[in-house]
Amino acid sequence: MAAHLSYGRVNLNVLREAVRRELREFLDKCAGSKAIVWDEYLTGPFGLIAQYSLLKEHEVEKMFTLKGSRLPAADVKNIIFFVRPRLELMDIIAENVLSEDRRGPARDFHILFVPRRSLLCEQRLKDLGVLGSFIHREEYSLDLIPFDGDLLSMESEGAFKECYLESDQTSLYHAAKGLMTLQALYGTIPQIFGKGECARQVANMMIRMKREFTGSQNSIFPVFDNLLLLDRNVDLLTPLATQLTYEGLIDEIYGIQNSYVKLPPEKFAPKKQGDGGKDLPTEAKKLQLNSAEELYAEIRDKNFNAVGSVLSKKAKVISAAFEERHNAKTVGEIKQFVSQLPHMQAARGSLANHTSIAELIKDVTTSEDFFDKLTVEQEFMSGIDTDKVNSYVEECIAQKHPLIKVLRLVCLQSVCNSGLKQKVLDYYKREILQTYGYEHILTLHNLEKAGLLKPQLGGRNNYPTIRKTLRLWMDDVNEQNPTDISYVYSGYAPLSVRLAQLLSRPGWRSIEEVLRILPGPHFEERQPLPTGLQKKRQPGENRITLIFFLGGVTFAEIAALRFLSQLEDGGTEYVIATTKLMNGASWIESLMEKPF
Amino acid sequence: MNRTKGDEEEYWNSSKFKAFTFDDEDDELSQLKESKRAVNSLRDFVDDDDDDDLERVSWGGEPVGSISWSIKETAGTSVSNHEGREQLKSRNSFSSYAPLPKPTSTYSLSSFFRGRTRPGSFQSLSDALSDTPAKSYAPELGRPKGEYRDYSNDWSPSDTVRRLRKGKVCSLERFRSLQDKLQLLEEAVSMHDGNVITAVLIFLKRTLSKEILFRELEVRQVALRHLIHFLKEIGDQKLLLDLFRFLDRTEELALSHYREHLNIQDPEKRKEFLKTCIGLPFSAEDSAHIQDHYTLLERQIIIEANDRHLEAAGQTEMFRKHPRKASILNMPLVTTLFYSCFYHYTEAEGTFSSPVNLKKTFKIPDKQYVLTALAARAKLRAWHDVDALFTTKNWLGYTKKRAPIGFHRVVEILHKNSAPVQILQEYVNLVEDVDTKLNLATKFKCHDIVIDTCRDLKDRQQLLAYRSKVDKGSAEEEKIDAILHSSQIRWKN
Repeated sequence: MAAHLSYGRVNLNVLREAVRRELREFLDKCAGSKAIVWDEYLTGPFGLIAQYSLLKEHEVEKMFTLKGSRLPAADVKNIIFFVRPRLELMDIIAENVLSEDRRGPARDFHILFVPRRSLLCEQRLKDLGVLGSFIHREEYSLDLIPFDGDLLSMESEGAFKECYLESDQTSLYHAAKGLMTLQALYGTIPQIFGKGECARQVANMMIRMKREFTGSQNSIFPVFDNLLLLDRNVDLLTPLATQLTYEGLIDEIYGIQNSYVKLPPEKFAPKKQGDGGKDLPTEAKKLQLNSAEELYAEIRDKNFNAVGSVLSKKAKVISAAFEERHNAKTVGEIKQFVSQLPHMQAARGSLANHTSIAELIKDVTTSEDFFDKLTVEQEFMSGIDTDKVNSYVEECIAQKHPLIKVLRLVCLQSVCNSGLKQKVLDYYKREILQTYGYEHILTLHNLEKAGLLKPQLGGRNNYPTIRKTLRLWMDDVNEQNPTDISYVYSGYAPLSVRLAQLLSRPGWRSIEEVLRILPGPHFEERQPLPTGLQKKRQPGENRITLIFFLGGVTFAEIAALRFLSQLEDGGTEYVIATTKLMNGASWIESLMEKPF
Repeated sequence: MNRTKGDEEEYWNSSKFKAFTFDDEDDELSQLKESKRAVNSLRDFVDDDDDDDLERVSWGGEPVGSISWSIKETAGTSVSNHEGREQLKSRNSFSSYAPLPKPTSTYSLSSFFRGRTRPGSFQSLSDALSDTPAKSYAPELGRPKGEYRDYSNDWSPSDTVRRLRKGKVCSLERFRSLQDKLQLLEEAVSMHDGNVITAVLIFLKRTLSKEILFRELEVRQVALRHLIHFLKEIGDQKLLLDLFRFLDRTEELALSHYREHLNIQDPEKRKEFLKTCIGLPFSAEDSAHIQDHYTLLERQIIIEANDRHLEAAGQTEMFRKHPRKASILNMPLVTTLFYSCFYHYTEAEGTFSSPVNLKKTFKIPDKQYVLTALAARAKLRAWHDVDALFTTKNWLGYTKKRAPIGFHRVVEILHKNSAPVQILQEYVNLVEDVDTKLNLATKFKCHDIVIDTCRDLKDRQQLLAYRSKVDKGSAEEEKIDAILHSSQIRWKN
């Protein structure tokens, strides 16, 4: 079950159930016992919508990862390949099928393309002489995957690069398709707002797709009041800064993949009496992180500086709860205590894990280099000395710190200065090329094309205007009991989230000037509803806004939006969708040029 | 901890940054410790299985019953059955396969083409399509057994595109006139579906002459960008360069050509290729870098051949004592300079491998040069060279110590290379800023400097505090006591 998906205002389990149903229907088309051969990349996203038990109910008896040569033996009637439509995977499938035919009983082959079928892949299978072996060739459009009660992602790693570097709109098309699916399940969204070139295009696609479906009137009462489409390139700054929420830091340091994180095992060694320290595990400890875990739901979005006190309070509560056993005198009381034990033990396990994770993070955040890096980031974001060569960045290059770290800082400086002075830019470029290799010229060009690292044009720096108007830098930030979204970066309020906040109140008309400075058009569209479906809001009832980040979103931005949702007089609750959950490092990496 | 500022002080003086502070740090840490303690003590009296009531998770972390877990499980069980041996055998052959490449995107059609480089497998799709004009694009893919034939000859362009979008089988061959083909393309573009756009582009690429294709796409920017992306992905470099030339996008042309060198492994061939990049229409800045890239590889090839020979001969002490860990080929410039400062420090300027020659050829700034030479010489513990690096003589013959990078950084680098305290002390003393000097001296346990500085500052309190940090009964303690008892010093506190 995925109960945590139904905790929010919008029950995302409905979406999950819909995609599960589609999966079951496909499995039932292939009658009899089955084995699934997986494109390994897909197991992560699929894990978020189905467990093995679901597959087993539909006679899936064996599962393998897709690998060359021949398939492992399996006494089943059907072999189904679950794959992304990629040519190199077709080659492997063909190898599997061809070596299979030589052995014994004939079996039925099928292919399920995720998220879509591709003529070109089928052409490839045909060239390899195996296309005719497949009975069912279908697509499974897993566009938006529910991650949490208020979070959906397409997990499309290349989306930013394709949209902003290659101008390939395919992922926008899939975003629009995903939004159509959402509307089919949750009703037409009456108002669409947007900022940015890609946002404009997604809105156009949605309007066009809606026209094509005019035959069937959507009769579902709308759940969402607004849709806000935001281009990532409207706010290039936020992902470059180091996230300072608990979840954000876990992602920055260890990387969260499909809601799982892999951690160094030492801190998680079971400390039981008797086996004193032997058999330390060497494999990384893998933990699932989502709001199904009560403690994690409570601390994930806090500034890391506020996590320690919560953990220690929790520890006291749990200790006290366990102490209760001494007070249990009567059989009834003991019975009650015992009935609570499972819950208490779960809480204790969870506390133990997060205490260990917090310690691991603390080791990093208390290091001198982390402090220095953060200092420089915060100087840039508050507009200090962004037009000179920065000595910390220079030192990072001299000491050959990871290139991604250096690029992230240089890009941050460039964005906070509306581009670098030519002299400064040339200096950084030369240092980087001489220290890390000339071939990175290509990466630097990509960053320039994406607007991340560029010369200042016309000698005009717009960032101070944007910073002041949108109040991006807050001097008095309360990390423990925040009053503003700027707590997620200990001072910097994410631009993207500020735009969302201002849209809901007092409206974008108040910031027209800044909106004109930021790239791309801003717009508003209405999708008329039949009178019967128009919503009459109860007094005090919050609006629900679906905010879609085209090109990726960070955990810190998600935390800031959750903070706004929880404000008592906020008036708006957010459901967040994106092409990819990302951070500054994974983002820069996706823009680096590698051998093809 | 004060930041060491030195000669970059001007950048910092005006900084009123808001730092990310853990000001109640001890408190914070003790909180964590406290919860840790509580957790541990709880284990003492609840000694049943840890994971009992949480979701069951295998140690690898996948929840029991999850898909990735079950793949291991179900695949694992079949090993133990009667087919086990064969299973194992075939598994072993799998292990020779590299893991699947990480995707750049699950969605973009163009990313489907990355697979063509699988060694020795199949010719690239574009080859397949362009070299065999008789082969039609996806017209009659082998019929799946269960699918009935709903083939029709008179789909309009918009119907055709709609069908392609749904993944249905559809022939494009019927569109013979240029007008029909362009209408097909426009329909595809208006759907925004990259998969279909690319499919139509491949058809056009095959059936139209280059000139017409380029001319028509020049006025259709969306389709043009898809074609460029597609050509990049399938690696049709020739057509891509032709296209850039036609569009007069010279810098892209140059970069795109240069990018190819990444795929050339052989150093000689790579060098020759880089030579062809020189003079391409890069920006002025980039032109210089490309030229340097070529010159550097040219040098590295010479140095590598020479040093490999020397090392193999076993006659050179340097290579015997410090065998090379890796070849110098394709290493960045700074790494090459380090290598040359390590193995060829004393060579005359005339040789290609001498540091001075590298410095001149690539116009390496003083700072960069000194940093690198210092790191290399310190690693070899050649303290005399380190000393010489910072010694300058003025015209009267007096010597003076100067460091373009600031002595605080010299100290850090020496410390990293575990220089002895006497050496460190010498350079800590040269740090001008008193606070920085005191900090470094404390950090690296240069007791004399700490003590003398405190004395000079007349800072009795700090000296007292330092007394507790030195060993009992040591010479340092005696020295501190002597100063503390001296009547000649007017303490400021």
